[in-house]
Amino acid sequence: MSANTIDKPTAVRRRPRSESSQTGGRSELKVALVFIAPALIGFLAFFVYPTIRGFYFSLTQYNLLGTPKFIGFDNFVKISKDPLFWNAMGVTIEYVLLNIGFQTVIALLLASLMQRLTQSTLLRGALLLPWLISNVIAAMLWFWLLDYQIGLANVAMEWIGLPKVAFFANEFWAIPTMAFVNVWRHMGYTALLIYAGMQTIPKYVYEAASIDGSSEWNSFWRMTMPLLRPVLAMILVITVTGSFQIFDTVAVTTRGGPVNVTRVMQYYIYQKAFGEGQFGYGSALAVVLFAILAILAAVQLRMLRAGESDLG
Amino acid sequence: MSGFTRKKAGAAIAAFAAIAVSLTACSGEATPSASGSAPAAAGKATGEINYWLWDNNQKPAYQQCADAFKVENPDATVKITQYAWDDYWSGVTNGFVAGTAPDVFTNHLSKYPEFVTQGQLVSLDDQLAADGVKTDIYQKGLADLWVGQDGKRYGLPKDFDTVAVFYNKKLLKDAGVAETDLANLTWNPTDGGTYEKMIAKLTVDASGKRGDEAGFDKTKVKVYGLGLDGGSGGGNGQTQWSMYSGTTGWTFTDVNPWGKHYNYDKPEFQGTIAWMRSLIEKGYAPSIEAVTGQSSADIFGASKYAMITNGSWMINQMFSYKGIETGVAPTPVGPSGKRSSMYNGLADSVWAGSKNQASAIKWVEFLGSAACQDIVGKAGAVFPAIPSGTDLAQAAFKAKGVDVTNFLVHVNDGTTFLFPITDNASQVTNIMQPAVDAVMTGKAKADSLTAANEQVNQLFAG
Repeated sequence: MSANTIDKPTAVRRRPRSESSQTGGRSELKVALVFIAPALIGFLAFFVYPTIRGFYFSLTQYNLLGTPKFIGFDNFVKISKDPLFWNAMGVTIEYVLLNIGFQTVIALLLASLMQRLTQSTLLRGALLLPWLISNVIAAMLWFWLLDYQIGLANVAMEWIGLPKVAFFANEFWAIPTMAFVNVWRHMGYTALLIYAGMQTIPKYVYEAASIDGSSEWNSFWRMTMPLLRPVLAMILVITVTGSFQIFDTVAVTTRGGPVNVTRVMQYYIYQKAFGEGQFGYGSALAVVLFAILAILAAVQLRMLRAGESDLG
Repeated sequence: MSGFTRKKAGAAIAAFAAIAVSLTACSGEATPSASGSAPAAAGKATGEINYWLWDNNQKPAYQQCADAFKVENPDATVKITQYAWDDYWSGVTNGFVAGTAPDVFTNHLSKYPEFVTQGQLVSLDDQLAADGVKTDIYQKGLADLWVGQDGKRYGLPKDFDTVAVFYNKKLLKDAGVAETDLANLTWNPTDGGTYEKMIAKLTVDASGKRGDEAGFDKTKVKVYGLGLDGGSGGGNGQTQWSMYSGTTGWTFTDVNPWGKHYNYDKPEFQGTIAWMRSLIEKGYAPSIEAVTGQSSADIFGASKYAMITNGSWMINQMFSYKGIETGVAPTPVGPSGKRSSMYNGLADSVWAGSKNQASAIKWVEFLGSAACQDIVGKAGAVFPAIPSGTDLAQAAFKAKGVDVTNFLVHVNDGTTFLFPITDNASQVTNIMQPAVDAVMTGKAKADSLTAANEQVNQLFAG
């Protein structure tokens, strides 16, 4: 993934370049291209081309069935003054902070437990179960469980004397609830990725530590965490990017309402582009989100020094 | 939302496709000439005609219509495809862009103005005239809805719907209310009239106290006197508040269809919304937060609502809950001295890109004829647009034990008003939904709707 692409240049530089390996490379190029072609064609047709089109549409006024009219950066000027955009930004960031915060901490905990406590494949498999459920099903399931009037949670809360809560639509609880639903769905998967990262940390490090009398707590903070850093960086980039694109949970439950409480960025883009047919403005919003995600990914990789390991 | 939410403004938001933006890459190719009139074709229909609809319950009836059509036009075959509401509109819009839309499709008032503007629909006038098809055979007003701003006709009416009050017979009995007591309730925006008194009486808290009794705890309501259909209703409130605002003399727009100015700044409208808010505050109706995204019919089916206002397309579902005995009461009489209901009609339209336009229009003519609408009426799912079909539907519902008189009372008494048809429908929805939500959640006062109204009217200024 991203971590690897940064790794590569150093790896290539270290390798001595001889004449023979270069000519060999050229003759292998054709074969390589044949193998790469299926993926490359898909990448060009379904990613690169639409992305370029999207950038172009963001500079136009474009109705779904009309022809795009070039208007320069007008869409972006409009976005900067659009209160709904800023609201969507705020709502989305709140969601991402809650979602990623809880998800990462819980997944780390689960991964440590998997590594240090149990080797049971059954237990590890069970952790993955929520991730095997489709997003829409998971959202609907929790939507019913947490329904204000007939949801199990509210009935139980009322029974022990707590006030009922409209989890999915209450101004305070709506975004935390959606963040929680997706933490529930993704924590097992994230834990598995972290666990895989932990497996790469050599056992002798821990053996040495235990000989030196290091406690479990100390070993975790002083060794596991630093050595896990490159893997964690990659996981964060993937999960943060995914988290910013929260859409389905909102689309099948509250549809952005009530008022603007759950109108996240992706849902706002969808409303503008597909609901109101304003493809130019929708594309411009998508470009803004793209830029934010690209910057965030770069910042995360740099700050976490994802390209280098403390091992070795 | 319920499975079959055909008229919700909220659903209009999902009008267009859930396809990736990339799909639009192939736009521009199949853009047919704007509203080109089809050549008048005498004789019979030929070839394959693709027909789409979204209500699965009606598919068998329309298949019967297709079979009858085939008898008259042996060389033509109608292929019927059904998609659920959301997929349906994605499919239609994608089809326009990709050139694969159906020849004929069931159309909705909230969609068709934009389709006309985009030049996707064929005007039917010339061929209807050539074939001698009359458009005055339908229930009053329905045919006019489908004449565009250019004076051309873009659809022939197929069915219509109105709004009434569904009630839970057992919950009425528990309150000591006779079913006939619901027949003559009155409403006003100031104190809600006898209608609000009834709602209060039907509301029960956890300790069994009723809404009109001392010591009623509005924070622990077990049964709401009046349910709320999935939200605030946004800018049209078809099943939420339009049956009240309609009795105040208030109209959505300056003229309808094709208004250019909305009236959300008028005190009659704002008073109605304020009254809705007061019901929620008093604990007689559920909060917006509690019902957002919910299927109101299912909550009714769980005996949480004594009454709920909803549309005639919900009849079969509202009567389908096991162990729940449902009844239908008329909406209350308001300040105008009359009842009121929004009146929404569907029609069949022909796509401008159809390769078989003359035959497609023949099929629309047949769908709009008494021959087909009587078949649909007998199926007892919706009210066909032709009075004879409506009567057959009423009889079919009666055979199932459902009395639909209180839906039809609006048509018989002439107390219907038309669904507001204007340009910019989806943008109006996206402005009004949060604005009305805000008032009904108590975040804003009703006069804040004046500012939203200005925003809406600006859409028509440019």
